[in-house]
Amino acid sequence: MPEAHRKLERTAVGFVLAIIGVSSIGGLVEIAPLFTIDETVEKVEDMRVYTPLELAGRNIYIREGCYACHSQMIRTLRDEVERYGPYSLAVESQYDHPMLWGSKRTGPDLARVGGKYSDEWHVAHLVDPRAVVPQSKMPAYAWLQRNALKTDDLPGHLTAMRRVGVPYTDVMIENATRDAFAQAYPDSDMAEGVAERYGADTNIRAFDGDPGRLTEMDALVAYLQIVGQLTDAAHEKRTGEQVVQAEETE
Amino acid sequence: MIAQLTITERHIGLVLAGLVTLMGAALGIAGRNDVLAYQGLLIVVFGALVMIALLRNLDAPEPYESRLAEYYDDPIRFGIVLTMLWAIFGMFVGVWVAALLAWPELTFDAAWASFGRLRPAHTTGVIFGFGGNALIATSLHVVQRTSRARLPDQVSPWFVLLGYNLFCLLAVSGYFAGITQSKEYAEPEWYADLWLVVVWVAYFALYIRTLARRKEPHIYVANWYFMAFILVVAILHIVNNLAVPVGIGNAKAYSAFSGVQDAMTQWWYGHNAVAFFLTAGFLGMMYYYLPKRAERPIYSYRLSIISFWGITFLYMWAGSHHLHYTALPHWVQTLGMTFSVVLLVPSWASAANALLTLNGAWHKVRDDATLRFMMVAAVFYGLSTFEGSFLAIRAVNSLSHYTDWTVGHVHAGALGWVAMITFGALYTLTPAMWKRARMYSNTLVEVHFWCAVIGTLIYVFAMWNSGIIQGLMWRTYNESGMLTYSFIESLVAMHPYYIARTVGGFFFLIGAVVGTYNIFMTIRHEPLPLRQRTDAFGGDRPLVPGE
Repeated sequence: MPEAHRKLERTAVGFVLAIIGVSSIGGLVEIAPLFTIDETVEKVEDMRVYTPLELAGRNIYIREGCYACHSQMIRTLRDEVERYGPYSLAVESQYDHPMLWGSKRTGPDLARVGGKYSDEWHVAHLVDPRAVVPQSKMPAYAWLQRNALKTDDLPGHLTAMRRVGVPYTDVMIENATRDAFAQAYPDSDMAEGVAERYGADTNIRAFDGDPGRLTEMDALVAYLQIVGQLTDAAHEKRTGEQVVQAEETE
Repeated sequence: MIAQLTITERHIGLVLAGLVTLMGAALGIAGRNDVLAYQGLLIVVFGALVMIALLRNLDAPEPYESRLAEYYDDPIRFGIVLTMLWAIFGMFVGVWVAALLAWPELTFDAAWASFGRLRPAHTTGVIFGFGGNALIATSLHVVQRTSRARLPDQVSPWFVLLGYNLFCLLAVSGYFAGITQSKEYAEPEWYADLWLVVVWVAYFALYIRTLARRKEPHIYVANWYFMAFILVVAILHIVNNLAVPVGIGNAKAYSAFSGVQDAMTQWWYGHNAVAFFLTAGFLGMMYYYLPKRAERPIYSYRLSIISFWGITFLYMWAGSHHLHYTALPHWVQTLGMTFSVVLLVPSWASAANALLTLNGAWHKVRDDATLRFMMVAAVFYGLSTFEGSFLAIRAVNSLSHYTDWTVGHVHAGALGWVAMITFGALYTLTPAMWKRARMYSNTLVEVHFWCAVIGTLIYVFAMWNSGIIQGLMWRTYNESGMLTYSFIESLVAMHPYYIARTVGGFFFLIGAVVGTYNIFMTIRHEPLPLRQRTDAFGGDRPLVPGE
């Protein structure tokens, strides 16, 4: 071996090619099949895309780095399923570019937070977390209520999402800015269009409590209220099946 | 330093800086209705500063021809200073975010100062600012010495160093403004990612051109690691950052991958950034500076080969161990776990090779804090790779994942291995680069060493405790089969450990400040008389790898 290697050490280009070849194998074997095997992501009928307001809220969630402390991936462990709800399915993040599974739980998992608390609770919690949960370590996000939401570029956002494979229609893209306003303004004429395009179950209400003004708070709460609610597939699976018993620990 | 460039080279530099300035202006104008405008402005200021520096010295006389008979070390000197500045910045933000978890009010109702925005500023500042500059500086030093060849030109090293730091500045300033793509350790957005590709290609070209000029028949071990670092980081960076921007005037882009595929791609990147940025690169450092400082050849050439190809091959499979029990297909998780365990073999081969090299030089380890830095680094490398293989086992991971145990593991590697080998290398390199007999103060090197060791131990023990307690509390059931603790009770239990972590990080930061002061004073004081200025690297002959 050392003799052959001594030869390789004499040619820089050979060495470079060897490094590329040897290092590529692992990634190719593990990643490439995920894109080609159908079973990677199960198919469900009721999966829907994010509304423009929810997408804007998701971008705020990303901007503020919420993913650094909150995972969105309930593992198939008994204690996690009992604490948070049915374990996460691949299909639930099918339209997530990028995914927000997270790597750390300084705060609790949020994969099933949608519909769990009221809008008022979310707003109060984001403005001053310790007013609602006295022991919380979360920073306050009071400025979200002060900042008007930027909506003029939402058609561009939906277009970019379509380019990476999310099935937004031309009508959705055209109406993106209007739909964002309408979703947080239930009494307006435009609200019907949102339900028409994204489904009758879509949350249409003044998320931050003030229907006159569209704020970043509206968008983030709209997003939080839909997390884990895009499809019922996870709830339909019997919970407990395939769940691994966590080891007994006292 | 600019006087060392020829007049033609100064002109080329001026043109390049001008192009960067124009690009920044174009980006700023296109993104005038977006946060992108700030980034464009930053590029313009950066380019303009480089142009002003060049213009001020444009008419200086041509440098002496004799420079071509010597190694080109100016960018290395500049890189050492940048390394220490980034260390202080990144570690300061680290202490701040640690404190935020103990006292959350330190955000002051300012968006830029909240945990979620400071955290990537800490990780990028330390990994890419501190670590990246250290790698560029030392790799340019090592490749010249072990090849006995001067860098092929005087412009591209500056392009690589300054261009890389522009990337780091864009990244960190972007986080403060809320620009991030949320992929951990790959947070910068599309325009910064594209710029890094340009810089990285220049880095690779510079490296391979220097190797092509070598006067040694063999490529020395350290260079294998630096080559693997440059090549694989390029592959990882390009694939993981494939994305479609919202528009040329918009900072936001959407990842080409979604859900499961994105998770796998991200952790393939994330884990191999540890492997090839934070391990292979710094092993390159270790394989040169440790034997040099110990004045002994590497213990085993065979072990070097085994560990090098083992790491290059096995690491790329390990990323999926970040996704145990998730929606990732089971077979991929199992592959990741298996290869992570086997990975212990080449990792320990390197650690053993380093420690066995010190056989016969242990008296030096006792007396010389610089060598002790490198020895402790090798020990921490061995310990944290063992811990890594252990944590990759599915059953262990079910407890440790999502907890502070992972944070403790990462910092055992980052503080104990990456930072300590860097400080050891820089304390070896600094006197040589500025032609000094030794560092300004050996006592301060000792002070830094003990601050670093104490800080690391406090940090790692605090996180082990909090992580394991957290994991156990989450899965504890009472007699009637109900979960015993609420989530918030586990968070309250972490409080004392979060304070301890802040104290540990503070010790480490103090050490880095002391080290920076020492390096600064070495540069400013104690020049040797000319006749004593023999290069500390003994005529710059490379060590011959051999058994």
